Amino acid sequence: MTLIVPVLALILIGVVQLVSGTAGPTTEAMTIGYVDQIGGFQQHSTQGNITLVRYDTPNDATAALIKGDVSEYFVIPSDYVATGMVNLYTLQRQLAPSTTVAAVISNFLTDNLLAGKVPAETIARIETPPNLVSIRLTETGAIAPEQGGYGNLIIPFVFGILLALSIIVSSTYLLQGLGDEKENRLIEILLSSVSPRQLLTGKVLGIGAAGLVQVLFWVVSAPLLLSLASSSIGGLISTIQLPASFVVLAVVYFVLGYSLFAVISAAIGAISSGSREGQQLIGIFTIPMLIPLWFTSLLIFEPGNPAWIFFTIFPLSSPVEVIMRLGVSVIPVWQLAVSIGVLVLTIVGTLLLTTRIFRVYLLMYGKRPGIGEVLRNLRAG
Amino acid sequence: MEAVEVSHIVKSFADKVVVSDLSFSVGQGEIFGLIGPNGAGKTTTIRMMMDIIRPDSGDVTILGEKLSEATKNKLGYLPEERGLYRKLRVLDSIVYLASLKGVDRYSAEERANELLKQTGMLPHKTKKIEELSRGMGQIIQFIVSVVHDPELVVLDEPFAGLDPVNRDLLKGMLSNLRNQRKAVILSTHQMNEIEELCDRILMIDHGRSVLYGNLAEIKATYRSNSVLLEAEGELGEVPGVSAIRAHKDYVELLLDENTTPKQVLEHLVSRGTTINRFEVATPPLNEVFLKVVGKSHE
Repeated sequence: MTLIVPVLALILIGVVQLVSGTAGPTTEAMTIGYVDQIGGFQQHSTQGNITLVRYDTPNDATAALIKGDVSEYFVIPSDYVATGMVNLYTLQRQLAPSTTVAAVISNFLTDNLLAGKVPAETIARIETPPNLVSIRLTETGAIAPEQGGYGNLIIPFVFGILLALSIIVSSTYLLQGLGDEKENRLIEILLSSVSPRQLLTGKVLGIGAAGLVQVLFWVVSAPLLLSLASSSIGGLISTIQLPASFVVLAVVYFVLGYSLFAVISAAIGAISSGSREGQQLIGIFTIPMLIPLWFTSLLIFEPGNPAWIFFTIFPLSSPVEVIMRLGVSVIPVWQLAVSIGVLVLTIVGTLLLTTRIFRVYLLMYGKRPGIGEVLRNLRAG
Repeated sequence: MEAVEVSHIVKSFADKVVVSDLSFSVGQGEIFGLIGPNGAGKTTTIRMMMDIIRPDSGDVTILGEKLSEATKNKLGYLPEERGLYRKLRVLDSIVYLASLKGVDRYSAEERANELLKQTGMLPHKTKKIEELSRGMGQIIQFIVSVVHDPELVVLDEPFAGLDPVNRDLLKGMLSNLRNQRKAVILSTHQMNEIEELCDRILMIDHGRSVLYGNLAEIKATYRSNSVLLEAEGELGEVPGVSAIRAHKDYVELLLDENTTPKQVLEHLVSRGTTINRFEVATPPLNEVFLKVVGKSHE
């Protein structure tokens, strides 16, 4: 997975370049009919590739539509100026009129309504609304080095998804390993060589280090891929930035997220009778981790909602949540501090609790203890 | 100094006492037999000696040192149901598990190669564990249990699944360990292996010691008063013999309470009988086992 992600990105860039090199203009010539029940809508009947043809009655237009002379037609009712209603008739089943057609019809109506009354330049401006560019300033009034924009969502969101995937893969791996060690009794040799705490810590550190290597590799390869992508694809990609603060936080949350799930997997691996049962139990913990991914669109449109603060601090969801929020807004320092603090405490706490039950349950084969029994052993251990 | 000293260990799981006030010791250079019926508490006892689980009370000392993380490197263990990392290569497996016992990579590799050579497994050292046959896997597992030169080696059913050649090989290696003054504890249901290799045994049942001590002495205690005789010609009436049981090549003479084997031998010699074999019958350990365990299960 460490290598696959950059390689896939590289392939994707290549494919986009290839496709964009061969693809031609996309809008083809089209004829749209209309019925004018007000009168006077006769000018500007050519809009780009689309030609508008007038029919006297809706029946004529319907006949033309069925014959295939026009792809669709619309009726300008006599009370159009008062109500703004226009009906569009088509043989296609569509969710909404296509944006091109909607724009053509809208421009045609505006052109005819305003023709002769307003200067042509003004009409052109009305048809093309202002291009709003937001520029973020720092507190001193200078232009901030980190600007917003949709381009900035991409890297955090990709990293968020990758983190979630990697955690699922690595916890599965750890569960599988522990399950195997239990099943083939290697665990007895391991425990006669090292203490349960050493074994547990070793597993967590190993998985944590794997997370570190993975994220470092991606973080290093991301700017290279981005510069490659922006030179060949351009557009949105060229606006993507990879600020240092994001890189640092990504590394911190990758390592902490990996470690937390490693400890949880180890605990589950210890108490479950086999690796399959472990997979089911770990689901309880991976679902909260995935919650930020489910609410991606809400996060984009409501970045200020206090619910995100909860997910930022709740240790199971915080790694993915923080990385994704970084793309949308600035997270206050106190939230980051609390979030990292809670995460570290959870890891240490779970580690201590797991050590207590690790020794007892690692040697119990074939049967899963009830929750009451686990709690009793936690107290006794 | 004794290699292992187990004193008054007790272990219970969820109110069930599995090992109850068990004490024994194993000397340096001794192969010690640990026997008992299934569920007697053997594995639990072994796990306590290997510091895998802790006794509820009582102590285990290795060469006078109390069992702790520091003494773990002196322990070698071959568990009953075994397996190694299936995808790992033979040499890597041995070196990795030796490194957990605090052996550095270079020495571990050197010693692993030496043991592989001794067992004739050297050509297989780059094979993956899953490519080995069951018996070969077992030999590797044995190497793992001794590669770090432990003071105490516990082998749980080490002969299961071995062919006669490997069985002999393993016996030879156990004798080597004895010569190196290591303590070896052998837990098995194969009574003939115990009789062949062990000087002293401990038999446990229901978590308690039921027989403990020198094997020959134990067998003498359970001896029925009889002799095995292989003689030429018709035997006829022998005074003091209450019954004669015929076997394939020999007869078993059951003596009455007032007669000793010596008296019978003297009588036969004085009669001029040609004797090819005269042996005081000791019961096989198997019989002792059945007698002791059978009694406690009645």
